[in-house]
Amino acid sequence: MAFLPELVLLLGALGLFGLSLGEARGCAARRSALGVAAATILAALAAFGQDGVLFDGAYRVDAFSQLLKLLIAGGFLLVLLLGGDLPDIPVEVKPEYHLFLTLSVCGLTLLVSCVDVITLFVALELAAFPLYFLVAMRRERAGQRVQMESAIKYLLFGVSANGLMLFGLSYLYGLTGTTSLPVMVPKLAENLASPAAIAGLALTFCGLFYKLAVFPFHFWTPDVYQGASNETTGLVASLPKLGAVAVFVRFAALAAPEDRVLPAMFSVLAAASMFYGNLIALAQTDLKRLLGFSGIAHAGYALVGFVALDAAGYSAALYYTAAYLFMALACFAVLALLAPDGRNLALADLAGLHRRSPLLALTLGVGVFGLAGIPPFAGFMGKLTLLTAAWAKGHFALVILTVVNSAIAIYYYLVMAREAFFRDAPEAAPVRLRWPARVLCLSLIAVILALGVAPGRFLESLNSSLAWTRDAAANAGLSATVLPVKQPQAPLRP
Amino acid sequence: MTSSTGSSAYPLLSVLIFSPLLAAAVAACLRHDRALRWWTLLATLGVAGLSLPLYQRFDPGTAAFQFVERARWIPALRIEYAVGVDGISLVLVLLTTGLLPLCVLASWRYITTRVREFMIGLLVLETAMIGVFCALDFVLFFLFWEAMLIPMALLIGVWGGPRKVYAAIKFFIYTMAGSVFLLVAIIALFLETGSFSLPALMERQYPLVFQCWVFAAFFVSFAIKVPMFPFHTWLPAAHVEAPTAGSVILASVLLKMGTYGFLRLSLPITPDATRLFLPYLTWLSVAAILYGGLAALAQTDLKKLVAYSSVGHMGFATLGIFTLTKAGLEGAILQMVNHGITTGALFIAVGLIYERLHTRDLAAAAGLGRHVPVFAAFLGVFALSSLAFPGTNSFIGEFLALAGAFEYAKPVALAAVPGVVLAAAYMLRLLQKVAYGGPCNPEHRGVPDLDAREILTLAPLLVFVFWIGLKPGPFVRLFEQSVLHLLAQTGAGPLPTPAATP
Repeated sequence: MAFLPELVLLLGALGLFGLSLGEARGCAARRSALGVAAATILAALAAFGQDGVLFDGAYRVDAFSQLLKLLIAGGFLLVLLLGGDLPDIPVEVKPEYHLFLTLSVCGLTLLVSCVDVITLFVALELAAFPLYFLVAMRRERAGQRVQMESAIKYLLFGVSANGLMLFGLSYLYGLTGTTSLPVMVPKLAENLASPAAIAGLALTFCGLFYKLAVFPFHFWTPDVYQGASNETTGLVASLPKLGAVAVFVRFAALAAPEDRVLPAMFSVLAAASMFYGNLIALAQTDLKRLLGFSGIAHAGYALVGFVALDAAGYSAALYYTAAYLFMALACFAVLALLAPDGRNLALADLAGLHRRSPLLALTLGVGVFGLAGIPPFAGFMGKLTLLTAAWAKGHFALVILTVVNSAIAIYYYLVMAREAFFRDAPEAAPVRLRWPARVLCLSLIAVILALGVAPGRFLESLNSSLAWTRDAAANAGLSATVLPVKQPQAPLRP
Repeated sequence: MTSSTGSSAYPLLSVLIFSPLLAAAVAACLRHDRALRWWTLLATLGVAGLSLPLYQRFDPGTAAFQFVERARWIPALRIEYAVGVDGISLVLVLLTTGLLPLCVLASWRYITTRVREFMIGLLVLETAMIGVFCALDFVLFFLFWEAMLIPMALLIGVWGGPRKVYAAIKFFIYTMAGSVFLLVAIIALFLETGSFSLPALMERQYPLVFQCWVFAAFFVSFAIKVPMFPFHTWLPAAHVEAPTAGSVILASVLLKMGTYGFLRLSLPITPDATRLFLPYLTWLSVAAILYGGLAALAQTDLKKLVAYSSVGHMGFATLGIFTLTKAGLEGAILQMVNHGITTGALFIAVGLIYERLHTRDLAAAAGLGRHVPVFAAFLGVFALSSLAFPGTNSFIGEFLALAGAFEYAKPVALAAVPGVVLAAAYMLRLLQKVAYGGPCNPEHRGVPDLDAREILTLAPLLVFVFWIGLKPGPFVRLFEQSVLHLLAQTGAGPLPTPAATP
C-alpha cells in the first residue's frame, strides 16, 4: 500500500508504452496520462502518512517522502493540463511524449524515497533521461533545429554533473564502507573534518546543483528553456527542482550542524546564482530565457535555506521550492496558453494581455508577483522563512545579499506585469480558453494564494516530516563534539 | 478562536477589514457599469457605516489597544492574526472608510473603461489600508502594507494619464525598495525577541546599536512612503498620472502609512535611536516644508502644484512627530487627518476641472470661476484650508505642530514658519487664477457648474474642514491618551546613559 503511487505510475507508464506501439493516437495517450495523474494523486493520498522500508533498507516510505509525492503528483496533473494537446510536439510522437513524461515523474517519486545512494542514483537517472528526449521532441521549424542543440546541451551537462556526483559518492563510500544513507550518517560524522569527506559531499552536491541550476552549473538553463517547447520547459523548470531539493535535504543532513565549509560553499554559490540570474534576466526579451535566468536566481534563494544546515532551513527551502513550483507553472501556463502555435514568446507579445484574456493576465500577475516575493502570495512567506532560518544561524551578509537581489529582481518581474497590464495592443485578438485551461489557471492562483496566506498546515507537515534530520543532526552533533576529545588519543593508539 | 476585549459582540475589526474584499468578490460577478458603480458606492458606504460603531464604542480614556482580536494563523512561524486599534489608528481607519465613498463618486464619470476592474482595485485597496492601520502582528502589518502596492500601481498604470507606465513603475520600485528594508527589520526583531507581536515588541528594551540599525531600516521604508524630503521624487509623477480617485487615495491614506509607521513602530520600538536622530529628522522635515512650498510655487500644472504642496504638508506632520512633544504629536496626527481631507478635496477639485476642460494647465483654467460659482466657492474654502487659514482644520494642525517645534527647539520652528507663508503664496495664486484671473476665456462659456453628485462628493469634506477647524477638541480627545502613552514609551527626556548600550 505504501508503495502505491509508484506502482500506479509504473503501470501507467506500461500502459502508455502499449499505446505508443500502435498507431499514433495523441488524444488517447493524453486521456490516459491524465487518468494516470489523477490516479497517482489518489494513490498518494491513500499512501499519505504511511511508513515502511523496502528492499533491505534501500527505500524508505516516510512522512517526508509521502508529502513530496503528493506535491509531485499534483504538479504532474498541472503539467499535463498545461501541455494541453501538445501543439508543438509532432503528431507521431505524442504517445511517446506522455510515456516519457510519466516515466520521469515516476523517477521523481522514487527519488524522494531513496535512502541508498545506488537506488538514489538510479532514480535520479530515471527522472533525468526522459527529460532529454522530451526536449528533443519539439516540432522542427524551417532552417532551425534549436531543440536538438538544447537536448544535446542538456544531456552533456547532465551526464558530466552525474559523473561528478558519482565521483563524490565513491569518496563517501570509501570513507564509510556503506551505500545506505542512515548508516552513513553516524560513520561519516567521525570523519567529517577530513578533506575527503568535505570533497565527497561537495562533489555529490554538484550533481544536485546541476538539477537545481545553481551557478556554475546553470549554463544549460537558458538554452534548454529556449529550445524546448513551452510545455516541456514548464516541466523542466518545475518538478525536477522539487526532487533535487528533496535529495539535497537527504545529503545535507549528512553534514555536521556546525560545519563551516559547506555553508561557506553554499553561501558563495547562492550569492553568485542570485546575482548572475537576476542581473542577466534584466536584459532578456525572450520570456522563456528570462524565466530561465530568474530560475537560476531562485535556485540561489532555495540554497539560502541550506546554509543554515538545520531543520528550519530545510523546511524553508522545501516550502520555497514547492511555492516556486506553482509560481513557475503559473508563468509557463500563461506562455503555453498564449502561444497556441507553440512559438517562443517575447516580452512584447504580452502586450494588452489584460484585455485579450483577463484570466491569463491574472494568472501571470499572481505568478510574477509571487516570484517577486510580494505578499499575499507564496513567494513572500517563502522568503520570510528562508531569511529567518539563515539569519538565525548568523548568516547576516547572505540575508542582506538576498534582500538586495529581491529588490533587483522586482524590476524584470514588473516589466512583465507592465507589458501585460499597462500596454495595449489593439490589433491582438482575444484568447479563448477551454475549460481545462481555466481549471489550470484558477487552481494555480488558488494554490499560490493558499500557500501564501495559510501555510500553517503545510509548514507543520513539512516540519514534522523533517524530524529525521533532527535525529541525524543530533547524532552528527554528538559525534562532532566527541571528536575533539578523541583526537588527542589518536597518536597513542598505533 | 477570537476574543474581544472591546465591548463588541462580533469581531468588528475583522468584519471591517474583510467586507470590502467580499464586496470586491461580488463586484467581480457584476456585468453592467452602472450596477458596478452603484454597488461599489453602496459597499463603501456600508463599510463606512460599519466603522461607526468603532467610533461610538471606542473608549478615549485609555491608551490600550481596543477591539483586540487574536487568532492562530501560522503557528509554525509564530505568526498570529492580531488586530486592534488605539486612538491613533482609529482616526486613520475612520478617515479611510469615510473617504472611499467619495473616491467612488469622484470616479463616477472619470472612469469609463474597465469599470469593474477599477472598482475591484478600489475595494481591495480599502481592505489593505484598513488592515495596515489595525494590524497588531508585524507580519500581518507587512502583508497589508505590501498588498496595497499592486492595486495602487494598477490604478495608476491602467487608468492614469499619458506617462502612466513610467509613474506606476517608479511608484512600485520606490515603495518596494523601501519595504525590503522593513522586512529585514522585521526579521531582526523576530530573531531578537522571538515574537512578531507589535505590543510585545514595544515592551522590550533593545541595545542602542541594534535600535539604530532597526531605526535606519524603518526610516528608509517610511520616509519613502511619507515621502520625506530626499525620497519624494516618486510622488509628483504618481500623483500627476493617477486618476482622481487614485490621487485622492494616494494623498489621503497612503502617505499616512509612512507617518503612521513612524508613530506605531519607530517611536515605541526604537525610542533611544529616535531621540539620537531627532535633530536630523526635524531638519529634514523643515527641508520638506520649504522645498515642497517652493516647488509648488513654480508649478503650472494644477495637479503637480497640489502634489508638491503635499510634500510640504506632510513635512509639518513629520516635524510634529519628531518634536516628541504632546502638542507636536497631536498636531501631527491632526495634520495627517487634515491633509487627508483638504488635499483629497483639492485633488477632487482638480479632477473636476480636468473633466470639464481636459487640461490641468493653470493658465487654461484661469477665470473659470466666473462661470462655475459653486465650484469656485468650494475651491476657495479648500484652498484656504490648505494654507492653514484660521477657522479651518489645517490651522489647528499646523499650529500645534509648530507649537511643538517651538517647545523642541526655536531655530527649527523659526525655519519652518516661512513654509506657512509659502503655502499662502501658492494657494492664493491658484485660487486667484482659477477664480478671477485672466481675460474672459471663450472656451469656458457653457462649462457646466457642479451637479448634485459632485456637490455631494465635496460637501462632506467641507463639513469636516470647519468641524475640525472650529471644534477640534473631540477629535484630539480621541487620540490624546494614545499620544501620552506614546510619549511615555518614547521616554521623551535626555538620551540614555552609556549603561544602556551593550
